[in-house]
Amino acid sequence: MTTKLSALRRDPQARLGLVFAGSVLAMALLGPAIAPQSPLALVGPTYGLPGDPGALLGYDYLGRDVLSRLLAGGRSVLWMSFAASAIALALGAVIGIAAGLSKRWIDHAVVWGTDVLLAFPDLILVLLVVSMLGREPWLIVLTVAVSFVPGVIRLARGVTLGVVSQEYVEAARLMGYPWWRVVLLEILPNIATPLLVHLGIMLTWAVGVLSGLSFLGYGVAPPAADWGLMINENRAGLMIQPWAVLAPVAMIGLFALGTNLLAESISRAGSRIGVRRGVKSRARTQMRGKKRRQRENQA
Amino acid sequence: MSVVPFVNALLQVRDLSVAIEDGPEIVGEVSFSVLPGEIVGVVGESGCGKTSIATALLGDSRAGAVISGGSVFLDGRDILALTEAERQKVRGAVISHVAQDPALALNPMRRIGSLLAEVLRVHLPDLGKPAREARIAEAAADVGLPATREFLRRFPHQLSGGQQQRVLLALAVLLRPRLIVLDEPTTALDVTTQARVLATLRDLCRTRGIGAVYVSHDLAVVRELVDRVVVLYAGHIVESGGRDQIFESPAHPYTRGLLDAVPDIAGRHAVRPIRGHAPALQDRPDGCRFAPRCALASASCAQRPGLRETGRDFGDRRLVACHHPIRDRRDDTPIASRLISAAAVQPLAVLEGVSASYGDSQVLFDVGLELPKGYCTALVGESGSGKTTFSRALVGAVEDVEGTFDYDGRRVRLSGERDIDLRRRIQYIFQNPFRALNPRQTVGQILRTAALHFFPIRSADADREVAEVLERVALAPELARRYPRDLSGGERQRVAIARALICKPELLICDEITSALDVSVQAAIIDLLRQLQRESGLTILFVTHDLGVVRAVADFVAVLQHGRIVEHGPADRLLDRPEHPYTRAPIADSPRLRATAG
Amino acid sequence: MATIYSEQKPPAASPPWADENAADEGARSERTRLRLPAWLPWLGGRVLSGLATAFVISILVFAATQALPSDPARVILGPDATEASIRTLQAQLGLDQPILVQYAKWAGRALTGEFGVSLDSSVPAGQIVADRFGNSAALMAVVLAIAVPLAFLGGVALAIRRDSRADNWAMNAIILFKALPAFVLAIGLILLLSTTVFPILPAVSLLDPEVSPLLQPVYLVLPALTLILTVAPFLLRLVRSAMIETLEADYVAAARLRGIPERRIVWAHAVPNALVPVIQGIALTSRLLLGGGLIVEVVFSYPGIGNALNAAIEVRDVPVIQAITLTMAVGVVLINLLADVATVLVTPKLRTSSRPRLRNGTRAKLKLKAGGV
Repeated sequence: MTTKLSALRRDPQARLGLVFAGSVLAMALLGPAIAPQSPLALVGPTYGLPGDPGALLGYDYLGRDVLSRLLAGGRSVLWMSFAASAIALALGAVIGIAAGLSKRWIDHAVVWGTDVLLAFPDLILVLLVVSMLGREPWLIVLTVAVSFVPGVIRLARGVTLGVVSQEYVEAARLMGYPWWRVVLLEILPNIATPLLVHLGIMLTWAVGVLSGLSFLGYGVAPPAADWGLMINENRAGLMIQPWAVLAPVAMIGLFALGTNLLAESISRAGSRIGVRRGVKSRARTQMRGKKRRQRENQA
Repeated sequence: MSVVPFVNALLQVRDLSVAIEDGPEIVGEVSFSVLPGEIVGVVGESGCGKTSIATALLGDSRAGAVISGGSVFLDGRDILALTEAERQKVRGAVISHVAQDPALALNPMRRIGSLLAEVLRVHLPDLGKPAREARIAEAAADVGLPATREFLRRFPHQLSGGQQQRVLLALAVLLRPRLIVLDEPTTALDVTTQARVLATLRDLCRTRGIGAVYVSHDLAVVRELVDRVVVLYAGHIVESGGRDQIFESPAHPYTRGLLDAVPDIAGRHAVRPIRGHAPALQDRPDGCRFAPRCALASASCAQRPGLRETGRDFGDRRLVACHHPIRDRRDDTPIASRLISAAAVQPLAVLEGVSASYGDSQVLFDVGLELPKGYCTALVGESGSGKTTFSRALVGAVEDVEGTFDYDGRRVRLSGERDIDLRRRIQYIFQNPFRALNPRQTVGQILRTAALHFFPIRSADADREVAEVLERVALAPELARRYPRDLSGGERQRVAIARALICKPELLICDEITSALDVSVQAAIIDLLRQLQRESGLTILFVTHDLGVVRAVADFVAVLQHGRIVEHGPADRLLDRPEHPYTRAPIADSPRLRATAG
Repeated sequence: MATIYSEQKPPAASPPWADENAADEGARSERTRLRLPAWLPWLGGRVLSGLATAFVISILVFAATQALPSDPARVILGPDATEASIRTLQAQLGLDQPILVQYAKWAGRALTGEFGVSLDSSVPAGQIVADRFGNSAALMAVVLAIAVPLAFLGGVALAIRRDSRADNWAMNAIILFKALPAFVLAIGLILLLSTTVFPILPAVSLLDPEVSPLLQPVYLVLPALTLILTVAPFLLRLVRSAMIETLEADYVAAARLRGIPERRIVWAHAVPNALVPVIQGIALTSRLLLGGGLIVEVVFSYPGIGNALNAAIEVRDVPVIQAITLTMAVGVVLINLLADVATVLVTPKLRTSSRPRLRNGTRAKLKLKAGGV
């Protein structure tokens, strides 16, 4: 684990990702406290351009301060992204690990179920639910999480199957260790890296879906400040006051890029820890030969 | 470095070296020659650089490595000095290569016939279709494959392993090259198929005057096949010479150590491990690379010994790189077999009528076996014979199984839950040490968990147990804090054995536990098992397909064939005078290390 | 030329330890050419599974629109609706019947392409889908026609030049584009190409409904470009990693050592083996295109199926919502089915097997390899 962390620290991409995602996160968290104006107050001219000392980014379509709205508008999308991704990860990991450990038909049923859900494009599923059931934040979070869960299940199941086929898990079972011990100590630590990478990727998606949702007008209700909503509101004035659109676009892009870079470097660091080849490759050759002959003999 | 040039040599390798790009050397100063029709074996353990040499002979190196010096003269032309385009013309046509794993070396998307035709089309573009087909038919006949239209339309996955290897061989001889380089071509085959493929190869070389470089870790195969041997250690040639010279009176301590470490089916001799393990690429010593493991090492070994003729008595073309070459013959007379009196044999476990199946296919049919207390029983058989299923059934890891199992006078159910005491008393060690240890736990954690699981002891006591058991398997106590990835294959397997030992078992089931290890390491593990058995009266069930290992480790042997036991008896009697035809075939086909009559 | 190896033992005498001719049976199905393809039973099972998936999807769509909301009619009409109008709507949607009956009737009609009348425009919902579908299909066709060859050639080129400077830069660009949500890209492109910097393209796709969108390319450029930029990086990366994997395979090394020219190795040995991930990847992008397509269509006011769905959701036009989501999801199922069949057809090992085992989760694994959709 330590070698992996140090490898991450040396990776310039990881650092860049951390800076990007971290600064957006910090801004979203601290933003409301340092915002010069209330995000809802009408303080300037409609689509007023930047220039006033108090309004670095100008004013929006109602004359509200874009900077203040930008500082206040990150919290909703970020907490919802984190919540949705975390819920999806937890739920999907539990189901996926369970499927990987279950009897074949249960496993097949779970995989088939994920196939069904995966037939809906993420956004469509969310839209479908949100349009009919309402736009409460918890409902949106839950729906986005549900739309991510099949992917996590597939992933967790796949890596679990990979780990379960390793002899150390079988050794633990033969010793008679209790099942929770096998799952927590033998399986979970060994599938953590791909799950972590997936969390990063899901964050990227979640930001996209959630900001897209409010961009379409189904997310956070106006007049609250929200990046996706800001883009939507000020789109008509793109020609006059591009900053009102560009600033939230940049925020969303920066955060998505940051999490994506982080996920990329975690997965690179994870794959770099390999075993020495020599002996292993021959062992593999022999085992492949054996397996093939076994198949042929059984046929 | 002087190498006596052979005027009539087909291949002359001079001072060849391959290195990691901007990094350490993989092999260095490699010089040897091959005469027409001669088969030269390049032997060494994993990591010695033999595969790098094999591809370097064709002017290729794997990604990340470069050929950093030397020359490879084939028929007077230096392959390494050719341009890329010229080299492409030479490859396959003048010098060809046969890869290790036939299942991976054949493109799964291409039919056999199209692969064969492609080689002809690329190298001999003027050849018409009928001529091409004739050439293919000829090559197929040479390697013992049918050249029917139907066969050539098959995809690689529709062939058996032996057939796949023959296809690779056909691709290699299609253009009638002068030299074939073979990189462990039979590793993935069973002994009978291996024997046939090797016979084909030998005939090809003899009748066509094709030279061959046969790269292998399997000394017994090399002994049966080649004319001359080049022994590699850590990237250097330590010794080269005629086959019989090398095998009968190896002069380099490493060669001798290697031969002493190989268990031989032909006769029981104590396998002696070489202490330590081969250095990693970046840790190779400056002087003699074997010195740290050598019993004869002296101060002069800090100087790199050159590869030279060491006097007349060693014979023609005999070169050794050692400051203290050994001059006497190697003693390989087998030691007398242990006499086991019938009265002393008491069964620890008795199995009767064991039948098991996976899904629809039945794997074991009414198998009965007794495991004598304090002795080692080997369970041998080809892959798919059901030996792993049988051994797994003993620890209750097979669901669909019937039969009776009496353990230490107690009737035990074969399937279903087992009580903790029984789990402790029967321990299982897995084949692949690279997969048998949790990579996220330290060696200490792995061992402690087992100790605390079975015994009501305090944490401090568990730590003491861990230290003790590590000592028993000859590992340093500091290893407890390391992760498995820091250990070598042999060390990992020792940890796996330690995990079994810390449970204080009575019956140890070893499932091919040495097949993923190098011979010198394998010898150490076998040695350890024998010692444990002597000291604490362990009963061992040793599952293997390697009859040489059986000779070295087992007191009794049971032969499993298609899920049935076909022969069972004391090891030496069974290996010397097998009664059942299914036992005789593989014993006869297994390559032997000792010179056999004829 | 005499056979040198002539002492092949007759099969009866050869001990079963030998495996020399064990695979003959597997090849027998190849021999008789007139027989039905071996994978036909698999196809049957696969189609059945696809039908079952479609069935469950219909339940989900129905549940989300009609069963879950406590009173769909009130949701649709909003809080200010009169009791009378709510009752009328309930009758129109058949909400007064038991839920199972509702579903049975709805599903039965859906099978014939009949989804009821749009509450908003009084046009049959099926009609709306049919009208708009063509526009979306045209957009997607353009996107795929450009993105797939681009990604394929680019991926192969980058795989060959792996770790070169060009490769590193391309990978960085790919990470950037993959990270950006589709609507962010769309707005970026509008800013760049139709407003401030180079005002050369229309920001809004005012298609003439009488003419095929393919004949009005000026309106297609921006939406197509946006979607290409979302899809191509993903595909390109997939091709690249698949190609790298095959270029490192033993059979490629073996071909090289047989003196096969490099160009031939790439196109005749490596590319065919990289096809399967690409096929499955294209199937995966269909999801991406449908989801991203909706937003892109809205941004550019492109009159496609996604825009229609958005409009229907805004006014809670349940029949249209049901029709479009069901069409989309079933479309994805169909595309996956086609991809699986194509996979079996291009893979000899699967094609010749009576029980092709497409590894479960191939798609999910691909998704990860390319860094997600």
